[in-house]
Amino acid sequence: MLRYIIWRILMMVPTLMIISALVFTIIELPPGDYFESYVAELQAQGESVNAEQIEQLRQEYGFDKPPLVRYFHWVAGMLTGDFGYSFEYRLPVMDVVGDRLWLTIVVSFTTIIFTWLIAFPIGIYSATHQYSWGDYGLTFMGLLGIAVPNFMMALVFMYLANVWFGTSIGHLMDLQYMDQPMSWDKFKSILAHLWIPVLIIGTAGTAGMIRRLRANLLDELQKQYVVTARAKGLHPFKALVKYPLRMALNFFISDIGSILPAIISGAEITAIVLSLETTGPLLIRALKSQDMYLAGSFLMFLAFLTVIGVLISDLALAVLDPRIRLQGGSTK
Amino acid sequence: MNDMTPLPPPGQPLRHYVSVAPFDPTSGDTMSEQQKRVFLASQWKLMWWKFKRHRLALLSAVILAILYVMIVIAEFLAPYNLATRNVGAIYAPPQKVRLFHEGSFVGPFVYGRSVQLNMENLRREYKDDTSKVQKLRFFCRGDAYKFWSLVETNLHLVCPAEGGQFFLLGTDQLGRDVFSRIIYGARISLTIGLLGVAVSFILGIVIGGIAGYRGGVVDLITQRLIEVLQSLPSIPLWLALAAIMPVTWSPLLVYFGITFILGLLDWTGLARAVRSKLLALREEDYVLAAQLMGARGSRIIARHLVPGFMSHLIASATISIPGMILGETALSFLGLGLRPPIVSWGVLLNEATNINVVALYPWLMLPVIPVIVVILAFNFLGDGLRDAADPYK
Repeated sequence: MLRYIIWRILMMVPTLMIISALVFTIIELPPGDYFESYVAELQAQGESVNAEQIEQLRQEYGFDKPPLVRYFHWVAGMLTGDFGYSFEYRLPVMDVVGDRLWLTIVVSFTTIIFTWLIAFPIGIYSATHQYSWGDYGLTFMGLLGIAVPNFMMALVFMYLANVWFGTSIGHLMDLQYMDQPMSWDKFKSILAHLWIPVLIIGTAGTAGMIRRLRANLLDELQKQYVVTARAKGLHPFKALVKYPLRMALNFFISDIGSILPAIISGAEITAIVLSLETTGPLLIRALKSQDMYLAGSFLMFLAFLTVIGVLISDLALAVLDPRIRLQGGSTK
Repeated sequence: MNDMTPLPPPGQPLRHYVSVAPFDPTSGDTMSEQQKRVFLASQWKLMWWKFKRHRLALLSAVILAILYVMIVIAEFLAPYNLATRNVGAIYAPPQKVRLFHEGSFVGPFVYGRSVQLNMENLRREYKDDTSKVQKLRFFCRGDAYKFWSLVETNLHLVCPAEGGQFFLLGTDQLGRDVFSRIIYGARISLTIGLLGVAVSFILGIVIGGIAGYRGGVVDLITQRLIEVLQSLPSIPLWLALAAIMPVTWSPLLVYFGITFILGLLDWTGLARAVRSKLLALREEDYVLAAQLMGARGSRIIARHLVPGFMSHLIASATISIPGMILGETALSFLGLGLRPPIVSWGVLLNEATNINVVALYPWLMLPVIPVIVVILAFNFLGDGLRDAADPYK
């Protein structure tokens, strides 16, 4: 087991390296850099531009060096906890990101829990009542969840919450708690706001999970051992819970790897509509203004989050199902 | 066989029986006409039979076919042009099509409208004027347009009465007809998925094909790359790639840029499928035969290997179209995708981002309905195709 964990963690290194190269390339691709757009903006406003100062800034952040050097500089900085400097906010990236990263993690994590709580019973019901009206209805509802764009749902929810509860559901907490240290009241406020984004982000993932759980469980239920158990007079409920469901549980854990990227994607869009204090709105601003270290570090954070999520799901799976661990070690 | 005699009484030996019917060596293999039809049917025919049984998929295919025909003749179907502004009808709510006026049948018509500006909240208030009956005209002359940029004409399927108005789904803040704009928007929204899938299809087959056929180091590298791409959240990546496109690009160029971006991140699933199939198929004798005859790798992949599981590929490609359509709406919604004057459903929804719109002018959110319908249809169609792709099962 220990060997597997070490091997799995070591495998993360090349993955993260490819990701960092990819992210850096994407961030570098747009023509020009932040200073060019900044100068253009200043000139458009009729302000004088101190060319020397700009040039100095350029040199300070290494924009006169070739991309490869800057890439290694960036990666080396990240390894030592220095994520670069946001030009737009004139702050180190770490300070800009701050709480937002944690809130992103909180939202994503809660969404996964929510997805499980909803998808598990519905998936089981759909599989055990195949082709019943309930099955059709729930499948259709699930598909609807996939089909409605996240941002549209967010807008409508925002409106309905305003009409029905008279509360504004934008943001992740009441405005007075922003920039405040964590307290019980702030925590309660976050909880009160959290359910809407979780509901919106969770719908698409839930639908996909229900479909896959249903298919998996159906495969399992058709196997001989279930038939044998039923033939021996085991109660249907027990014949379902004892083994088939445990098999499906494995799949639940392994599925984190595929739903986590989807959840983070959905979270970004929803966050922009609901103006949540997560990474989404900042990321899109940074991308638009070519604030490259901020955008690059954000993308890196998100990628890192997913890679960690996949790692956790793989490790949990290895604990649950020894076959996977053996397989993984021998073939690769 | 009517010369068969009854069995001998118990205890007596059985008589030797010889059939007088002429010997037919194929008698065990003869099939009824029905069986023949099934056994001799081509793979595509079998798939069609199986597909037909999936009612929902068939219905979805029909709906999609109708929609794709619609985008070909969008100008004719839309009552107004894309940019026609009706200054007298800004934020006009949808008009109801009625058949009966004061108990008598007049055919499809709408009531005329009077508009008043509420001086308190500065809202335009529209009232139906039941004395004005405006009969809709069909196959009529309306806004002039150039059909396919070739033929100058002004024929429309339906237009309002002379001097009247017909806004089936209301108007936006410039007084443009939402219904017409949805029809025009279908052009972009429906093709963007197809083009994107085409891009990811080519990438998937080429990359997956090379990885599967060559194996070894190439395979290892592609496998890692695919894993990385699949573990990255797609929307932030789309955003980053979309941000690369210079603002100076023409809308058409942006459109192609978006399709390319959508395809660029979607090929991984297909490449995986192609690779795993090829790993098995490349050991077949017919591949060896082709190799011995001097065929190059590219020819073997394209000519001998890929056609064998084309149906699977098409099925899985269909399932990835909805994601692309949603991706385009999301990008346009965030202002990083298509921009006016190009109109897609995402651009239309972008105009409805405001919470005011939801509260005051909810009809501006109607473009979401075609989005939902198309995505559901592609999902069902993909399910049906996937089941049908394996007709021997």
